[in-house]
Amino acid sequence: MLYKSVNESFNEFIVERKDTTCIRCKVCVRQCAYDVHRYIESEDCLTEDHTLCIGCRRCSALCPTGAISIHLNQEAFKKNESWSTAHIRNVYAQADSGGILLAAMGNPAKYPIYWDHLLLDASQVTNPSIDPLREPMELRTYLGKKPDNIEVVYDKTTGKPSLKTKLTPQLKLEYPFIFSAMSYGALNLNCHRAMAAAAEELGTIYNTGEGGLHKDLYRYGKNVIVQVASGRFGVSEQYLNAGVGIEIKIGQGAKPGIGGHLPGEKVDDQISETRMIPFGSDAISPAPHHDIYSIEDLRQLIYALKEATNYTKPVSVKIAAVHHIAAIASGVARAGADIITIDGFRGGTGAAPQVIRDNVGIPMELALAAVDSRLRDEGIRNQVSIVVGGGVRSSGDAIKAIALGADAINMGTSTLLAMGCTLCQRCYTGKCPWGITTNNPYLAKRVNPELAAEKLVNLVHAWGHEMKEILGGMGLNALESLRGNRYKLRAVGLSEKDMYLLGVMPAGE
Amino acid sequence: MNYVIVGNSVAAVGAIRAIRALDQQGNITVISREKHNAYGRPLISYLLGGLINEKRMSYLPDEFYSRHRINLLLNSEVIGVDTDSRKVKLVGGDTIAYDRLLLATGGDPFVPPIEGIADKDRIFTFTTWDDAAKLKVISQDINHAVVIGGGLIGLKAAEGLNLLNKSVTVIELADRVLSSAFDRPAGKIVARKMKANGIDVITEDTVVRIEGEGTEITGVTLKSGDFIPCDTVIVAIGVRPAAGFLKESNIEIKRGIVVDNTMATSAKDVFAAGDVAEAADFFSEQKNPMPIWPDAYIQGDIAGTAMAGGAKTYAGGLAMNSIEFFKVSTISMGITNPADPSEFEIHSFQDIQNYQYRKIVLKNNLLVGAVLVGNVDRAGIFSGLIKEKIDMKLFKESLLLPDFGFVNLSREIRDTLFSPLGKSVNKDIPAMATGH
Amino acid sequence: MKRIYSIEDACIGCHLCEIGCITEHSLSKDPVKAFMHEKERPISRCTVEELNGGITSLSTTCRHCDEPDCLQACISGAIQKDSEGVVRLDREQCVGCWSCVMACPYGAIQRNLASKKANKCDLCPDRETPACVDACPNRALVYREGSQK
Repeated sequence: MLYKSVNESFNEFIVERKDTTCIRCKVCVRQCAYDVHRYIESEDCLTEDHTLCIGCRRCSALCPTGAISIHLNQEAFKKNESWSTAHIRNVYAQADSGGILLAAMGNPAKYPIYWDHLLLDASQVTNPSIDPLREPMELRTYLGKKPDNIEVVYDKTTGKPSLKTKLTPQLKLEYPFIFSAMSYGALNLNCHRAMAAAAEELGTIYNTGEGGLHKDLYRYGKNVIVQVASGRFGVSEQYLNAGVGIEIKIGQGAKPGIGGHLPGEKVDDQISETRMIPFGSDAISPAPHHDIYSIEDLRQLIYALKEATNYTKPVSVKIAAVHHIAAIASGVARAGADIITIDGFRGGTGAAPQVIRDNVGIPMELALAAVDSRLRDEGIRNQVSIVVGGGVRSSGDAIKAIALGADAINMGTSTLLAMGCTLCQRCYTGKCPWGITTNNPYLAKRVNPELAAEKLVNLVHAWGHEMKEILGGMGLNALESLRGNRYKLRAVGLSEKDMYLLGVMPAGE
Repeated sequence: MNYVIVGNSVAAVGAIRAIRALDQQGNITVISREKHNAYGRPLISYLLGGLINEKRMSYLPDEFYSRHRINLLLNSEVIGVDTDSRKVKLVGGDTIAYDRLLLATGGDPFVPPIEGIADKDRIFTFTTWDDAAKLKVISQDINHAVVIGGGLIGLKAAEGLNLLNKSVTVIELADRVLSSAFDRPAGKIVARKMKANGIDVITEDTVVRIEGEGTEITGVTLKSGDFIPCDTVIVAIGVRPAAGFLKESNIEIKRGIVVDNTMATSAKDVFAAGDVAEAADFFSEQKNPMPIWPDAYIQGDIAGTAMAGGAKTYAGGLAMNSIEFFKVSTISMGITNPADPSEFEIHSFQDIQNYQYRKIVLKNNLLVGAVLVGNVDRAGIFSGLIKEKIDMKLFKESLLLPDFGFVNLSREIRDTLFSPLGKSVNKDIPAMATGH
Repeated sequence: MKRIYSIEDACIGCHLCEIGCITEHSLSKDPVKAFMHEKERPISRCTVEELNGGITSLSTTCRHCDEPDCLQACISGAIQKDSEGVVRLDREQCVGCWSCVMACPYGAIQRNLASKKANKCDLCPDRETPACVDACPNRALVYREGSQK
């Protein structure tokens, strides 16, 4: 290609346009955020620069005649089982740039996916299954510290029982799903409106992420968890009290041990106001919280937040799934957290060094099993709820997570997909062609909050229906009956050690 | 309730629809001195030029009169109104009683007493279907026609004859054609286009004598002394409100029938609308006759509403014209040529070679007039801005853009102009507009 | 009556409404034929306005007014309001005087210079929902009961 470096010419995608069906409407030109398509007026035809294509498929989706298709570039380097095309391209790119490779979304590398090795049980003959269309089925979930025991008293005159034990604050979810923390700034306001509205409609929760809560969204407070991260963006007394819960973000599955960086050019007036930082300044989240170097420090922050909110909000601590996750989780529980959120290594990000995203952290399935077992062993499982995220792709994955011991599921990537994301993994460019991870007003309009909220609601409804079907098939009528019930899981194709860690028996046993 | 409407053009139609919207029962009688159902009066030049046939002259669907249960009296001329006994008198002596009367007789062409005019045969006016039909009948014998008057009617007559390959000379007293509705550059562009199509346009001159022996015309002599040979003369100097038949009545008439902002005349239960009426101007609120087609419809609508007991108020007459001359579109509206330009702010763009012109007239940051020649697309946005009295202070610059649109205004203004129900993305309304 | 409402915040400036409109009013109602093969390409009845490279954009179309200015201005009677409230243009009757273009405060009537006929939204009589609304990928156009303003 003329004026392109050799390496740029090893493009990943090929844009194919059928001239016989192209009507020269130029929708592709207008919709491509990467200037791939060009209209040549003198020739009345369209042309494309394949080297710029990121494979987002916006053009092919909006082409009214289906004239465009995007293909992987079949042009190949010599086959090499060790040096994949991706490895080769990355070396080229770094030889060109000398810099860290950026990446986005969750770890796409070929690591085992434990969900695909776990199977669920169903009732046959000896115990009846339940038809969820005829019988009540409960997915309602309460997140928060549960007491060790409860005391019930009876009214002397009416004889009616009531709970004497004072419960600590709980989050009530009608579905065991939370729209997970994706900050305002990383995602635009339209996406936040959609998540907040969907959470309200569903009776569940939307997590603000670390970018604060836009003033327009305060009215969704009953369906909001506000996050406090190392950058402390947008944190004020009003903010802490705006939602029904607070989350301290320690780590993120996509990039454990790494902070965050929202470039100044993305910090527009609204984001500046919401994050409480100067217009156009970089928003840097340090890798650690500089006031947390121990479990005791974490406890201080947890109780500082509880004090600030008069002990009315449960506090969650979000940690990335890493090697000593069980011990860390135990410490977090003992530090006073009401909820532990575990983010697996397939959890997404708006931007992370590719080498971190692809090589750091452990699968959420193993982390969850380890944490649940450890907390049970220590007799403190009731003191915290466990929320997991990072790689839940379906209601099947979600229900397996519940059986492994999760209380609720963080929906991150699936939330983005429902809003239109095609997983092109270029969030870090700020030019999301689907209008999600961009604050460019021209692109951000592509998420219509009303439409996106509807899709989120539909997705959670659909997953809810499926979960009820699965529960009914197992003869259960409440999700609570499945929680941590690993007896309902069997493993296929896993090693003895994997099964030991997951606490499941092999299929057939 | 007996409604009587004198006249059967656009004001009458507006009134009929308004009455029937409120009163399905009352009797409506329409009296017209013409022999046709309502027709598109401005179409007579199209008819003359052979661009349309007689069938397309019809302004209304065939069943209009029956559907609205109209007692239609064609070929009937009203010669007087007795407001005491509430009756109209017809030629021939018949009378018709009314409870509510609408006078919508339109205008009569003004024919000045030019020397030699009286005894000539081929002197025509050009305001009715019959005028056009008469011209069309003799058109084969026309070699050269002179049109006296370079206003809209005169130029359209000239264009119609030109389309029949007749040689035409237009004689205009003012220094340019279209002097009342358009300004100088627009007039220039139109004159240029007329000349390019073989029509001779003479300005700052007038016919003083029509020459010829007996009934035959041989030419006209102009004030300048020039002689233009011709065999036909069309007088298109202007129209006057057709209110002559009201002389004996006690209805107040100045230049036209004076009406208030419900189109009521000085006589109880008598209303007037259209070219015959003298109603308030949109800007000055002074009353003057305004022979403008859309305005006649609006006045008819307001009068009809009032007659049937409803209440609508006339916002004032806003002059506007859309005329094409030889495929050059021209639109003018409002104040286009202010007498005292110092009180106004005027922006314009012109490209005479390509027949393009755009002029915007503002007063106190309000749009009050516009002229568009050539690219007239979406001109109506300007008429909306004038009528809605939108403050254009921040948007003046954009008004001359060839693709000026609502996007050039502010969000707030767009919301007031056509505030959509679909403001679901608005921050004040929940994102979920509908349930599931 | 049902009307088309334009939601500015959701308009992404793709112009698919115009493409849908042109296709629907073509002979074949097939976009490839309509754009590439048919002799006369219809003119879109809706107009997408854009500013600042599309940061602000909105699709405008006929509001089917209660008291249509275009109807009042029409000199040929080509514009009539039907019993459903739809403001219709009879192409046969239209003489191309552009009085409606002059009068429509929404700028919603186009000039077809080739046929010298005015061009306006007919709410797609052959469809349940107008083509522009169905073509919008972001629900920036909605078709529902509502008032003119």
